[in-house]
Amino acid sequence: MEFKELKKRLSSGGRLTENEAVELFNSDDIFSLGALADYIAEKKNKKRVNFIKNMHINPGNICINRCRFCAFSRNKGEKGAYAFSVKEMLDKAKTAKGKISEFHIVGGLNPEMGLDFYRELFMRLKKAVPGVNIKALTAVEIDYISKISGMRIKNVLELLRDAGLDSMPGGGAEIFRGRVRNRLCPEKIPGSRWLHIMETAHNLGIKTTATMLFGHLESYRDRVDHLRRLRALQDKTGGFLAFIPLPFQPKNSEIRASHPVSGLDIFKTIAVSRLYLDNFDHIKAYWIMTGEKLAQTCLRAGADDLDGTVIEEKISHMAGADSKEYLTEGEIVSIIRKAGKIPVERDTFYKRLKVWS
Amino acid sequence: MGAAEKILKKAEKGIRLTTEEGVELFKSADLLSLGRAADGIRRRLHPSGVVSFVIDRNINYTNICVNQCRFCAFYRKEGDPEAYILSDEEIYAKIRETVKLGGTQILIQGGLHPGLDITYYERLFSGIKKRFTIGIHGLSPAEIKHIAKSSGLSLNDTLIKLREHGLDSIPGGGAEILVDAVRGRVSPKKIGYKEWREVMLAAQSLGFPTSATMMFGSVETSEDIVLHMARLRDMQDIHGGFTAFIPWTYQPGNTELGGETATGVEYLRVLAFSRIFLSNFINIQASWVTQGAQMAQLSLRFGANDFGSTMLEENVVAATGIKNRLSLEDIIFLIKDAGFTPAQRDTKYSILKRF
Repeated sequence: MEFKELKKRLSSGGRLTENEAVELFNSDDIFSLGALADYIAEKKNKKRVNFIKNMHINPGNICINRCRFCAFSRNKGEKGAYAFSVKEMLDKAKTAKGKISEFHIVGGLNPEMGLDFYRELFMRLKKAVPGVNIKALTAVEIDYISKISGMRIKNVLELLRDAGLDSMPGGGAEIFRGRVRNRLCPEKIPGSRWLHIMETAHNLGIKTTATMLFGHLESYRDRVDHLRRLRALQDKTGGFLAFIPLPFQPKNSEIRASHPVSGLDIFKTIAVSRLYLDNFDHIKAYWIMTGEKLAQTCLRAGADDLDGTVIEEKISHMAGADSKEYLTEGEIVSIIRKAGKIPVERDTFYKRLKVWS
Repeated sequence: MGAAEKILKKAEKGIRLTTEEGVELFKSADLLSLGRAADGIRRRLHPSGVVSFVIDRNINYTNICVNQCRFCAFYRKEGDPEAYILSDEEIYAKIRETVKLGGTQILIQGGLHPGLDITYYERLFSGIKKRFTIGIHGLSPAEIKHIAKSSGLSLNDTLIKLREHGLDSIPGGGAEILVDAVRGRVSPKKIGYKEWREVMLAAQSLGFPTSATMMFGSVETSEDIVLHMARLRDMQDIHGGFTAFIPWTYQPGNTELGGETATGVEYLRVLAFSRIFLSNFINIQASWVTQGAQMAQLSLRFGANDFGSTMLEENVVAATGIKNRLSLEDIIFLIKDAGFTPAQRDTKYSILKRF
């Protein structure tokens, strides 16, 4: 790969082709790759690196899907299964009053948690902790709520939006391509459905993020196919706020033999994503899944977001993620600074709340 | 071309950097430029693409220590309810298990116990050698100084007696930062730079393989880090007795010194810089115990050619609350995944088995 030429082309609005993206994944030159991605990231965001103060709420882990890679889900009545009541979640949420700008709410597909449940939750959350954005419900959950309520996606989203839903997380994307998805999570909605729901949300003014679960059964081509579909939809709607590549956590899941997550692969995936997804403003290194040291390193390879000072997160930790349970604001600021970047506290929509210049 | 780039070009040609150039480079070069240069030098020194590791276990025979360093979470004072000294039988049991798992060495280190003199080590080491075929990699310079003093022996006699009873090689622990101003703040009671150097040179002239370490991220400056490496490089010119350089980060948990640890980017910069600056060191180790699996893997592209050891047991870093564990299979996976050939080595870095 001729990086000098690539740099020239990408800086003047040229796009990375699929073949080039695959070639970059296969490249041994992680230094040129990382430096180019860093250059492009700084072109978009200067030296700013974002984080958010948020609270994760996982309403329950009872899930009818039971994806094979997931260590979080349980059947109803199984040991370790739980389902919070709206009141329990409100009590938890109130403890974060004044400390956060976002609730991040995702859970399992539980027939007892339908449209009314979430509408009530959102409305009461908005009343109890006003001014905090609600980012909730992946496309997979929206699809499920639409099914059990017998309502169209568009109507479900409208009702949730009117109840207080501000944005949607990009989970459940996994890998779009069918032959991988069918082995990874056959129970889950197909990639086309995920993209359709996101498009519907974007058209209703609901911004979302997008993810990709990598490092399991997929090839580099499958990853690039995934990125291609995201870039195409983003060209159409502009509704994606950020892209978050999520390394598969092999511990405690059924999908493949347990081994550590590849640090080099995470580094490369962040960089290639930054270069390919030229219409995404932000690429996130999700420190909970990578550890804060590697996430920080990724800030030199195209990432400009570290997610948050996450309070309480169950899904990754139940999958065996070794990272700490939370980072304080001071720790995150210091990590960003020591990577040579400028820390910015953002809200859900990347509005800058505070800049440490 | 910036100053850092010029210095890197020089280093890449194999020309030794001065301390001043080292400071300039360390302070101003960006992470990926250092990484690229370090990776190139590593490739030149280790063209076969082998990444080695040793199967071993850390045995800490006692945590009683009169030095009581401020950065250490492991030591206890005599009489503390958590103070311990292992019995010979306990140590043998640990070694038995190590041998069973294919181990070739044990790292024996402990605190500076006021009641132990050379007779303890003579008995322990010959007892081990009588029972097992295993390398004894043990006793950092501070311990050796302590044993010499408590036994009324010269340094040379102490080393010779230890060797006669089974000591094979000496780990470079306790180097921390080899600048006394820093040592005064982090380990005021521990031997200074000159004594550390004296022990290592004496051991090397007797033919002991030794390693060299550096603990950074506490209170030292960039200049201190470079000076530390410059001093190691000078020592290495004398006997060539250091098998490897092993930098790791200060872990503040449960220590008197407290504060923060070095971040991932800082670790990789130091590691890469060490590969560039330590022109007479063949092997540089990654520290998965302090950095975790993913960063250790990345380290293989930032100058490291060795994954350290499997450490079937580790107590000192664990005492700070850091709990990174890797199995042999994990280590092999990480090395292969990074595009290298994993190989088990012995203490002297001879390859025993490729995977």
